[in-house]
Order: sequence, then structure tokens, then C-alpha cells
Amino acid sequence: MMNAHLLLTLPIAFPLAGVALCAMLWAKPGAQRIVSLIASFGLLLSSIALLAAVHDGTVLATQFGAWPAPFGISFVADMFSAAMVLITGLMAVAVGVYGLVGDAKAREQAFYHPLYQGLLLGVTGAFLTGDIFNLYVWFEVMLISSFGLLVLGGTRAQLDAGIKYVTLNLVATTLFLMAVAFTYGMTGTLNMADLSRVLPTLENQGLVTTVAILFLVAFGSKAAVFPLFFWLPAAYHTASAPVVAIFAALLTKVGVYAIIRSFTLLFDGDAGFTGPIIGAVAALTMVTGVLGAAAHFDIRRILSFHIISQIGYMLLGVAIATPLAIGGAILYVIHHIVVKANLFLIAGAIKAAGGSFELKEVGGLYRQLPFLSVLFLIPALSLAGLPPLSGFWSKFVVIKASLDAGHVVLAATGLVVGVLTLYSMLKIWNEAFWKAAPEGAEAALKSWRNDGATRVAMLVPIVTLAAITLTIGLFAEPFADYSMRAGEQLLEKSAYTDAVLGPRSLAEARP
Amino acid sequence: MNSLILRTTSRAVLPAALLFSVYVLLRGHNEPGGGFVGGLIAAAGIAVHALPRGRDALMALLRMSPKTIIGIGLVLGLAAGLPALLMAEPFLTHQWAFPGGVALSTTLVFDVGVYLAVVGSVLTFLSYYLEN
Repeated sequence: MMNAHLLLTLPIAFPLAGVALCAMLWAKPGAQRIVSLIASFGLLLSSIALLAAVHDGTVLATQFGAWPAPFGISFVADMFSAAMVLITGLMAVAVGVYGLVGDAKAREQAFYHPLYQGLLLGVTGAFLTGDIFNLYVWFEVMLISSFGLLVLGGTRAQLDAGIKYVTLNLVATTLFLMAVAFTYGMTGTLNMADLSRVLPTLENQGLVTTVAILFLVAFGSKAAVFPLFFWLPAAYHTASAPVVAIFAALLTKVGVYAIIRSFTLLFDGDAGFTGPIIGAVAALTMVTGVLGAAAHFDIRRILSFHIISQIGYMLLGVAIATPLAIGGAILYVIHHIVVKANLFLIAGAIKAAGGSFELKEVGGLYRQLPFLSVLFLIPALSLAGLPPLSGFWSKFVVIKASLDAGHVVLAATGLVVGVLTLYSMLKIWNEAFWKAAPEGAEAALKSWRNDGATRVAMLVPIVTLAAITLTIGLFAEPFADYSMRAGEQLLEKSAYTDAVLGPRSLAEARP
Repeated sequence: MNSLILRTTSRAVLPAALLFSVYVLLRGHNEPGGGFVGGLIAAAGIAVHALPRGRDALMALLRMSPKTIIGIGLVLGLAAGLPALLMAEPFLTHQWAFPGGVALSTTLVFDVGVYLAVVGSVLTFLSYYLEN
């Protein structure tokens, strides 16, 4: 049995070692590939070990440098964060393998592997940290790495997208930093477990709610919610397929994670006020995202807008904040990461086999590549929420939770948006797979047929992720059960705070 | 930027900056200073050397890419935290040894790692702006 210190350090140490060694080997792309893959597999294995240790409801905590909480920096894994780290490990490997082909050489020249590992490091750190300022640091690590990954190709469109992406994200990060400063000013602590005990004891609860809204705006920008999502559709469609797949899988979900964590652990005191705000934001996010997607014909743009729309469902769970709703939001995040990453990987395969991301320029893939077509349908129909796929169960739980709580409008919005999602997915299906191939599409198909290595490296991750989607759909019970228990654990709070601070809290000892 | 004044002064500035940066690095253990400030001082000294001479002179001085230096720094920072895990203590809990009365610790390894990461980062940025 490994101890808590090791279990919590390894998921951070593997990507950090990946960054360091890939930077040292910067002139040797071949060696970088091997290091990067080993680091990704290490992350996956260590996250499995972490999940195995916390799946029964235990909360693990360690204090880096052995400075006791709340003075040092705590790292904590509960059921929710361990699941998020595991899914990050899974994405790291799947997208890592996928990224070995295509324009891999050009990307590697531009420092792809260290940045990729840097992104994973930031994401994993954000999921595991128990300190709100440290969370800010991991956000920065993530932002810098993702900026580098976004402009890998160095084209005009990418630089344009990169500037918008960085500017809007820096505004959000600055708001985050201000909110952290206010929090410290009010409480004198930044340890999240300690904050969870100190915040309800403050006299000025109005100020606490104000700071909560400031955090909501900062995390909401990261999660791309209405009306703060502009950076996402401005940037995502310019990146290469593996980069946009890992972005779509992880970046916005770190924002969602931060919202769920802070509004269950820290700011649940004024739920009567914040709940309806989050609910309205959730509904508007769902609707604007899905309408934005309907207007576009570039696969990457369509899928980017659907990220926004799906974020709305996760926020719906946070807004309702019953155990069922939070559990549903967690199940939704897990399902969504797998499905969304897979859709972007398939978009890359459509580009490779059909020659373009633009729906008008591709076609006839169903006749030529029936296997890829079926692979597309699995995540596409899951995204729209058709039974028996994973999206059905996660939508079902979230919508049932909102009906139970009497939020009929929110539930209806969720259902209508599901139908509109189906419309977008069918649009991709009709254009890319069903309609006759346009002139000049044979060249790409021929090179796809002749390049076995590319096919294997692209299809193995796609098939794996599709199999996971099917597994969550057909054997939903253990996944739903885990999510529900993770949700209850989040609302319970005492397991988390006891693991970090010990049963006798410092808050009680304060004068 | 081939300035005679900069070129001449850099002969004195570079060794002084490097020496001073090591002093600040070691001083940082108990007094103000440390790897970050030390690294900045060293990078500033190297920048004064490289600005009038160009990118090739920078590479010749470093004998390796500044990106490699970042990597070495990060490896040292990570390595400094790992012995603690072997002792079943939290990551980055610093370990001490006193061979012959000299206090040696993994904190020093960590600080040297920070020093190298800072030098490497600043010089990586600088190298894109240097003339050839």
C-alpha cells in the first residue's frame, strides 16, 4: 500500500518530469516522444492508483514541504478530484498517441511535447490542490502552456486567435487574483479547507457573496459560460487536431471543476442568491452555445460551440445543488470529456481522410470508410443524449434533479438543447459522411489508405474513447453510483476539511 | 546592437554578475536572496555579454541551449523533492546531512534548480531578440 504523500505527488511529478526532460531534450524530437508518452502513461497509472485509494470515500491529503495546513500548501484528493485526475490521465495517453502522426514533425519543432506536458501539469495540479492561491498558480501554468500550444503553427490566424485567447484569459486570471486577495483580506487564510470553516463565521456575509460572484466570473470565463465565452470560439478552430482535442477535453473543465469545488466547499452560505444566478447562466450558456453551432460549417467551430452548450448542463447541476444534481454534474463532466475529445479526434481523422475541416469540402466518407462513420456516431449521438449512450444517463440525472427541485424551465431548456445538439451532429453526418464526395477529395483518401501508421495512431485512441463511451452507457450503474457518492462527499464537506486540518480545526481554536 | 561601450564594460560586468549571483544564491538560505534573484542577476550579466555580440556568442558562452538549462533546473527542482517521498514524508520536505559539520540539504538543490530555470527562461526569451 502506497502512502498518501506518494499517491498525491506522482500525478504531478510525472508531467513535471515530462516538461523537464522534454525541455532538456529539446533538439531530439524522437527522444521527446518517448519521454512524453512515458510521462502520460505514468500519469494514467498513478491516477488509477489514486482513484483506487479514494473510491471508498477516503479523502487523502498531504502538505508539501511538511508545513502544516493552513500555513503550507495542501494537496487533497477526494472522489471528485481523483476521478478528474484519472480522466486527465486517460486523455493524456489517448491524445498523446494521436499526436504522434499528422503534422507531428512540425509541431515537435515548435516545442510541442514540453508544452503538452506543461498543460497536463497545470490541469492535474489544479484538480489536486487544496489551496486557492495555488489553484491560481496552476491556472497560470495551464494558460502559458495552452498559449504555446495554440500558436504552434505560427500562422496569422493562430496568432490572431492566440492574442484574443491570452487577453481574455488574462482578464479572467486577474479577476481571480483579485478575488483571492479579497478572500485573504477577509479571512487571513487561503487554504480551502480552512476557508470552508472560517467563511461562515464572518460577520459581513454580504462581502462573502460579493467575492463569491467575483470567483464565479473568473472561473466562468475559464469554463466559457455565457456571456464570458468569447475567447473559446475565437481560438479553438485554429489549432491542430490533437491540440484542440486536449483543449476541448480539459481546459474548460478545469473552470467547471473550480466552480463546483468553490460553490460546494466555500460559498454555499448564500445559495438562495447565487443559485438562481448560476441557473440563469447555465440556461443561457446551453442555448447560445447550441445556436452558435447551428450557424457554422467548419467542424471545429461547430464542436467548439457545443463545448459551451454542454458546459451549461454541468452548471445546471451546480445551480440546483442537491446531492443528485451535483452527482449528475460530475457524471456529466466525466462523460463530456471523453465524448468531446473523441469528436475532435474524429474531426482530425475527417481532415486526414477527407482533406478538410470545412463541411462543404468533404463528403462521401460513409461509402468509403463505414467504420469511421460508426465511430463518429457513437460520441455524436452520446453528445446529443440518445439512449443507451453515456450522454443519455448524464442528461437524465441532471434533468431529473432539476425537475425534482421544481426547476421546470431549466429542465425544458436542457431537453430542447439536446434536440438542437442532435441537429448539429446530423449536419456533420449529412455533410461529411452522407452526401456525395466533392471534386478532388480522392487525393486525401488515397493518402489515408496508404498511410497505415497514421490510421493506427488515429483510430486506436478513437476506438478506445468510443468503447469508454459505450461502457459508461451500457454499464452506467457503477459510474452513476460513483458520481452520486462523490457528489454527497462534496456536500458533506467534513471528510475534506478533516483530512486537511485534522478533526480539531484551527477555526475553532481562533479567538 | 554593436556598441563599443557595452562590449567593453561587459568584460567586467559578466564575471562580476556571475560571482555575485552565486553569492546571492547561497546567501538566500538564511537571508534575503535565493535562486530566483540569483538567477536574474546571472541572466542580466549574460545578457550584457550577449547583447553586443549576438546569438552565436550567447550559445558559445552557454555551450548548450538555454532551453536545456530550463530542463536541468526543473529536473533539479523535482529531484530535490523526491528523497522525502522515500522517507515516507510529504513531497519537498527537505532532508539534511551534516558531513564534517557542514550543513548540506536538498533545499540547496532546489534553489540551484530555481536558479538554472530562471537563467534558462530569461535567456530563452532573450535569444529570440538577439541579432546574429
